[in-house]
Amino acid sequence: MALAGMFLMLFLIFHLATNLLMLAGDGGESFQRAVAFLTANPGIKIAEYILFAAFLIHIIIGVLLQLYNYRARPVGYHKSIQTETSAFSRFMFHTGVIIFIFLVIHLINFYFIKLGWVATPEYADSKHDFFSMAVVLFRNPWYSAIYFVSFIFLGFHLKHAFQSSFQSLGINHPKYTPAIKVIGTIYAIAISVGFAIIPVYFLFFYQA
Amino acid sequence: MNFTLKIWRQQNARAKGGFKTYPLQDVSPEMSFLEMLDYLNMQLIEKGEEPITFEHDCREGICGSCGLYINGRPHGPQRNTTTCELHMREFKDGETIVIEPWRSRAFPVIKDLVVDRSSFERIMHAGGFISVNTGCAPESNSSPISKLLADKAFDAAACIGCGACVAACKNSSAMLYAAAKIAQYALLPQGRVEAKERVDKMVKQMDAEGFGFCSNTYGCEFDCPKGISVDFIALMNREFFAAKSCGHK
Repeated sequence: MALAGMFLMLFLIFHLATNLLMLAGDGGESFQRAVAFLTANPGIKIAEYILFAAFLIHIIIGVLLQLYNYRARPVGYHKSIQTETSAFSRFMFHTGVIIFIFLVIHLINFYFIKLGWVATPEYADSKHDFFSMAVVLFRNPWYSAIYFVSFIFLGFHLKHAFQSSFQSLGINHPKYTPAIKVIGTIYAIAISVGFAIIPVYFLFFYQA
Repeated sequence: MNFTLKIWRQQNARAKGGFKTYPLQDVSPEMSFLEMLDYLNMQLIEKGEEPITFEHDCREGICGSCGLYINGRPHGPQRNTTTCELHMREFKDGETIVIEPWRSRAFPVIKDLVVDRSSFERIMHAGGFISVNTGCAPESNSSPISKLLADKAFDAAACIGCGACVAACKNSSAMLYAAAKIAQYALLPQGRVEAKERVDKMVKQMDAEGFGFCSNTYGCEFDCPKGISVDFIALMNREFFAAKSCGHK
């Protein structure tokens, strides 16, 4: 769970870095160059398989753990105060479900087109023309709103995930754990805000 | 002080339980929580009703038997305090106090507020011991141990096995308990000899008992009456991975 999660967190950094190229203001040229580089790279192909494995492991184990944990308390409390624990940690499964729903939408809109499972929209030059696809999708306020909200929830998920993955792997130190927690918060905010500004840019500031 | 008590009553392990409300007058603020329950039971006995069954022994915070879920918290509202050391002055006059047993599949209710915590004992039986007779205490300077480690091992050994960690955890996980019991040995040279085997067997037993899995919410640490730190859970995880990497099945 923790190892797969850590790999996914690493992947998010690369994904965000690539996506932010869309904001370069050069009509998507540098973004498309990065896409071309990545799609042509055989190393990325291998990383993609690992990524899918990480997603599957993380999702399947997450669901199984949650089901098992529900079963571990068949009779609940009449009154239970959990306010001292972080809400981010209490609702990991719930934020995870929201992210999963987004992931499915996201795959249909982009990745499945690349694979040829979904037809390439007529406004795109090719099945790799993600920039045109992104521009059209983000001009739709509903799509942008879903995208924006999903990444806020991803931020909540990551806020707990970062430090929790270290704890699960037994990496805990009186000196470094507080630093891990701070880095985790910065990471969660950076990823969440980084992705969330993209729809805002295309919806309000982008001029074709 | 006057209180309205909403208490879980359950005839036996198989019976369906439910809450029953008891008004209680003239409670001294100096009474401990268990004395308050004794006071209520005396009145119930006088009225010919069945007294409330609750577990208690030392009444000085070291035996771990008096765990009650009070107003949504294991051992009530005061931190680092067992139910027996909680006093009625911590509550507001006229307050309604909800008292429930620990809730976990691994802690089935025996009667009223008493749960069966023998799952904890079975975790200890699986490996929470030194398996040779060590005889009497050796000369203390013969095996030097740093003060830091000795203190840390003692912090882990402060666990009284009350089950508040399981009760507090949203997943009903026993990781803090198992971690404390593993750490109290793992940190000392005498415990290192069997460390790998111990963590492997105790974790396996913990999983077999039906406790939930840890999701690092840390509610256990907050509600532990002995303030056991979740750092020990990380230590247990380290010990577990080390044992597994050495081929312990």
